[in-house]
Amino acid sequence: MGQYAAPGAAGSVVEYRSRYDHFIGGEYVVPAKGGYFENPTPITGKPFTEMARGTAEDVERAIDAAESAVSTWGRKSPAERAGILLSIAERMERNLEKLAVAESWENGKPVRETLAADIPLAIDHFRYFAGALRAQEGTLSQVDEDTVAYHFHEPLGVVAQIIPWNFPILMATWKLAPALAGGNAVVLKPAEQTPASIHVLLELIADLLPAGTVNVINGFGVEAGKPLASNPRIRKVAFTGETTTGRLILQYASENIIPVTVELGGKSPNIFFNDVAAADDAFYDKALEGFTLFALNQGEVCTCPSRALVQSGIYRDFTADAVARTKNITPGHPLDTDTQIGAQASNDQLEKILSYIDIGKQEGAKILTGGSRVELGGELSGGYYVEPTIFEGHNKQRIFQEEIFGPVVSVTSFDDYEDAMRTANDTLYGLGAGVWARNGNTAYRAGRDIQAGRVWVNNYHSYPAHAAFGGYKQSGIGRETHKMMLDHYQQTKNLLVNYSESAMGLF
Amino acid sequence: MNTPAPQRVAVTDQAAELIRRLVEQHGHVMFHQSGGCCDGSSPMCYPHGEFRTGVNDVHLGALEIEGVAEGVEVWMSGPQFEYWRHTHLTIDVVSGRGSGFSLEAPEGVRFLLRSRLLTSEELAGLET
Repeated sequence: MGQYAAPGAAGSVVEYRSRYDHFIGGEYVVPAKGGYFENPTPITGKPFTEMARGTAEDVERAIDAAESAVSTWGRKSPAERAGILLSIAERMERNLEKLAVAESWENGKPVRETLAADIPLAIDHFRYFAGALRAQEGTLSQVDEDTVAYHFHEPLGVVAQIIPWNFPILMATWKLAPALAGGNAVVLKPAEQTPASIHVLLELIADLLPAGTVNVINGFGVEAGKPLASNPRIRKVAFTGETTTGRLILQYASENIIPVTVELGGKSPNIFFNDVAAADDAFYDKALEGFTLFALNQGEVCTCPSRALVQSGIYRDFTADAVARTKNITPGHPLDTDTQIGAQASNDQLEKILSYIDIGKQEGAKILTGGSRVELGGELSGGYYVEPTIFEGHNKQRIFQEEIFGPVVSVTSFDDYEDAMRTANDTLYGLGAGVWARNGNTAYRAGRDIQAGRVWVNNYHSYPAHAAFGGYKQSGIGRETHKMMLDHYQQTKNLLVNYSESAMGLF
Repeated sequence: MNTPAPQRVAVTDQAAELIRRLVEQHGHVMFHQSGGCCDGSSPMCYPHGEFRTGVNDVHLGALEIEGVAEGVEVWMSGPQFEYWRHTHLTIDVVSGRGSGFSLEAPEGVRFLLRSRLLTSEELAGLET
């Protein structure tokens, strides 16, 4: 297939502008304080555009625009709103390569993934919520012969969305599609590591959206995110990120008494029972791939299967095969379609991963493969690359308990089913888990006993719309990628109607 | 001479210098150690009192920094501490661009934890 030209280079399928302002009320608006910040690509470490450095003044303007748009948007018929979501999906589909290369350049992930997963999933997401909205119905309850309770879905109003950097366009879509379907107007703040690719999307779809329904404020969390999350005019906040910021957002929400959905990550176990290796066949091959998925997206996935639990009967051979499979992962230029692992998203992310590899070694965990930064040379020498790394250790070590958010898996063995469940659930989090077994009863029981919101059985890292995604325990509140999320963006209006001509007889 | 009491947290000179600057801009500050995804597993720095600690948070210590009047408190959630209590934590700083609401992000740098195992003598002193 070859390598895509870098944005801005001759022959590239996408151009970034040299500067992006805030997108407010359907147009680009210069930041109130006039500040900008540089946005580097993690592929080379070099800046490629600059972004508006938003402040509270910009947030207020964006909320003004959203407030003036929301009543019209919320009153549009479901068919009209769904139609716009379908048009967005179609526009994205026609520009798939452009969006895929833009996201890869900004985030550092292989373009192979953005072409095959991130952007197609985002497109399908808009379609799913268009369909979910059209199929949504209110309910009615007949309370007695003369009294009927009607339940209507009504929008919340202006909602705030704070987007993570690991899937800049897909994660924005996970939040935008249900919010818009539900009739809300949005003020969205992308992560400061990946603030630009959403603007490539906006350029493609801005004419489809009524002015003010989607507003994008760029900037730093402390300067723009906090005034947004704490603003009393915001009716709901959606956040994906880590626990301390999640708590802070919940704290601000408690001051304004508004709902929040938070997705805060995990330390997901990937469990391989003995019978996985009952035959050296296609299923065994699939299970090995399932193990190796810890390196997908450079491990920068909230559900990274970063703890592998392998039953003792197959531990030695399965782990050896998994190490060999991991060594086959192809590193390289993220815009090369053959590259399977790209760059970590930022320098501080790289440093954090290396600090965890260090504490893993200090705690006595053994490195089975990897363990180092990678120097790819040439123009990539300033980028942030890490070898896929497998540690062998035990579940009390910090590398088994903390989300490293890098291509690092920690492997341990278990003796029996109870041992597996005990280890799997010995974690603060409960976002994802994987179960691999040929015995369907074992797989089912394990899937039910693991305290996590998403358990993949004999597969992993699939994120289709129509399957609910969200956390147990400290992994958060709410369920995305499903019509359940429409409920998180709507409130219930009950009309309690009495059709009797007679007084109640009380006074 | 008495040996100094063992500590759970420390700060590098570079991080101390950054904290001094942040205190000049924002007043007294605090840290809360994050868990979870994206920018998690990193120390978050806030104006003191901005992040409300609760009964389930653990006070790991206060960083004494020259030129900063009060010790800078470092906190972590209690359940997280149970998995971390055997390690000593040093707050460092690296270049980069964290998100979250931590105060240093606009400076183009990010606080980072470096860890080492506490010695048995330190643990004995800390856990009594």
